[in-house]
Amino acid sequence: MAMKTSEESRPSERAAGAATPWPADIKMRAAGLDFYYGGKQALHSIALQVPTGRITALIGPSGCGKTTFLRILNRMYETVPQARPEGEVLLDGEDIFSLDVVSLRRRVGMVFQKPNPFPKSIFDNIAYGLRINGMGGKGTMAEAVEKSLRRAALWEEVKDQLHKSAYALSGGQQQRLCIARALAVEPEVLLLDEPCSALDPIATAKIEELLFNLKDACTMVIVTHNMQQAARTADFTGFFLMGRLIEFNKTAIIFKTPARKETEDYITGRFG
Amino acid sequence: MPFRTIWRKSVNVVMLSLTGLCAVVTVFALFFILGYLVWYGGKSLNWAFFTNLPTPVGETGGGMANAIVGSAKLLLLASIIGIPIGLLTGVYLAEFGGRTFSFFVRYTTDLLNGVPSIVIGIFAYTVIVLPMKHFSAFAGGMALGIMMIPIAVRTTEEALRGVPRMLREGALALGASKWKTVATVVMPAAMRGIVTGIMLTLARVAGETAPLLFTAFSNRFWSHGWNEPIASLPVMIYTYAIAPYDDWHRQAWAAGLVLLGLVLFANIGARLIVSRGISMRRA
Repeated sequence: MAMKTSEESRPSERAAGAATPWPADIKMRAAGLDFYYGGKQALHSIALQVPTGRITALIGPSGCGKTTFLRILNRMYETVPQARPEGEVLLDGEDIFSLDVVSLRRRVGMVFQKPNPFPKSIFDNIAYGLRINGMGGKGTMAEAVEKSLRRAALWEEVKDQLHKSAYALSGGQQQRLCIARALAVEPEVLLLDEPCSALDPIATAKIEELLFNLKDACTMVIVTHNMQQAARTADFTGFFLMGRLIEFNKTAIIFKTPARKETEDYITGRFG
Repeated sequence: MPFRTIWRKSVNVVMLSLTGLCAVVTVFALFFILGYLVWYGGKSLNWAFFTNLPTPVGETGGGMANAIVGSAKLLLLASIIGIPIGLLTGVYLAEFGGRTFSFFVRYTTDLLNGVPSIVIGIFAYTVIVLPMKHFSAFAGGMALGIMMIPIAVRTTEEALRGVPRMLREGALALGASKWKTVATVVMPAAMRGIVTGIMLTLARVAGETAPLLFTAFSNRFWSHGWNEPIASLPVMIYTYAIAPYDDWHRQAWAAGLVLLGLVLFANIGARLIVSRGISMRRA
C-alpha cells in the first residue's frame, strides 16, 4: 500500500465552546485514503482520526462517501467486486489491509442500517460470533450471552424467551439484538451504519442511550443522516461531501462554529 | 354502445372464461388421474402386496415387496450421488462462482436437464453395465442420481439467492469466513427452499422407468446387496401393465398408488422436519 503524506487533520484548538477535550489517544487513523469502485473514484484522500473511547459521527448528504468510508474500516467493501482502496488505515498503529480480515472484523464490529438478525433463536444470534471465533466454552456461553444482552439493554425484555426466534422481536429490539451480537465478541471498535434509520423515535432514543453507555468499553463510529442524532450522541463529527472529508472536529464546533461554508450550509439545511 | 366498447368487453369476457376453463380442465385432469389411481389401485391393494414376492404367472395373489424395497434402495443410491453434487454445485453458483465459468455451468446444467431420461439410461448402461457385464442396482442408482443433479443445482441456487445480502454481511462482519457464512447462516436460512427442491427431484426420479430398463433391469426375487439386478416400482408397473393378465393389471394399479403414496409421504415428512427450525418469515 503506497504511503502518502497525510494532510494535517488535527484541527486547531482555537474554537471556543468545546466541552470535550481533544484526546491524545487515537484508535483508528486514515491517511491519504482514496477509494475506487471499478474506475469510479468514491473517496478522495481522506484523513481522519477516530479517538479512542469516543463516538465519532459521520454526516453528509446521500452518496457523499460516508458509508463507503465506514465499510473500509472493517474491510466490508471486499464483498463488492472491483472495489479498491488506496492509502493507509491504521488500527492501533497496524495497517488494517495487511491484517487477517477475520481477526480485523473480530476487533472492528459492525451494525447495519436495517436490523439483520439471523433466522435463529435470540440466544444463538448472540452466541454465533463467539462460536465461530472459538470463544466461550459450554459453561461460559450462557454467561457471555447474558452479559452482551445486558450491555445492549435488552436482557430484561428477552430473558424469558432466549430460545424464541429473533424475528419475534420488534424492530428496535432486533437492532439492539444486533448490537448485542456485535458486542459479544468484545470488539475494540463498533461501526454503526445508520443504525436507527428503520426505527421509530422511541426505539432510536433507546439506542442512543445505549451507545452513550458503551463508550467506556469501545470506540464507536456512527454514520447518520440525522443531524440531531449526531449532535446528541457524538463527541466528534466529520462532514463528508462528494467523496471528500470537508471538516472534522468536535461535535460542538461543527454544529456551532463550523470553519467551512459547505458544513454550515449543510447543517443549517440549505442543501442536502 | 359504440362497437369498440362492445368488442373490448366481449374479448374480455371470452379471455376470462378461457383462462377459467383451462384452470378447471387442469384440476379435472389431475383429479381424474388421482381418482382413477386410488379407485383401481385401492381395490387391488392388500397387505400381501407389501410383504410378498411376485407370484409366478397363473398364480393369483403375491405382492411387490421386492420392488418397494428396490425402489427405496435405488432412490437412496441416487440421493447419495445426486444430492451432494447438486447441492454443492448450487452453492458454488450462488455464492462463489465467477461470471464466465458460472455461465458455462448453468448452461450445461440446463442442457443436462433436457437430456431424455432414456439417453441417461444408455449412458449408465455403457459406462457401468457393459464393463461389469451385468445389470445392477448401482447402475440404476447412478442413472437416477445423474438425473437429480440439474434440478437440485438450480433449486439450490435459487433458494440461496433468495437469502438477503444483509444476513451474509451480518455474519461476515462478525469475522466468519465465506464458507462459514454460507454453511451456518445462508444455507439454514434457505433450507426450506433447498429441501423442497430436493424433494421435487426425488419425486421426479422416483417415477422414472426408462433409465432403469437397461441399468437396474428388474428382478422377480429379492436383490441382495447393490451389485445385482433389482426390481423397482416403475419398471414393475411397466412390465405388469403390458402383460396380458388381468391380475397383473390390477397389481400395476396398486403399484402406481403405492409409488404415489411413498413420494407424498417422503415429501410431507421432509417438510415437517424442516419447518421445525426457525424460518425466515416472521414468527
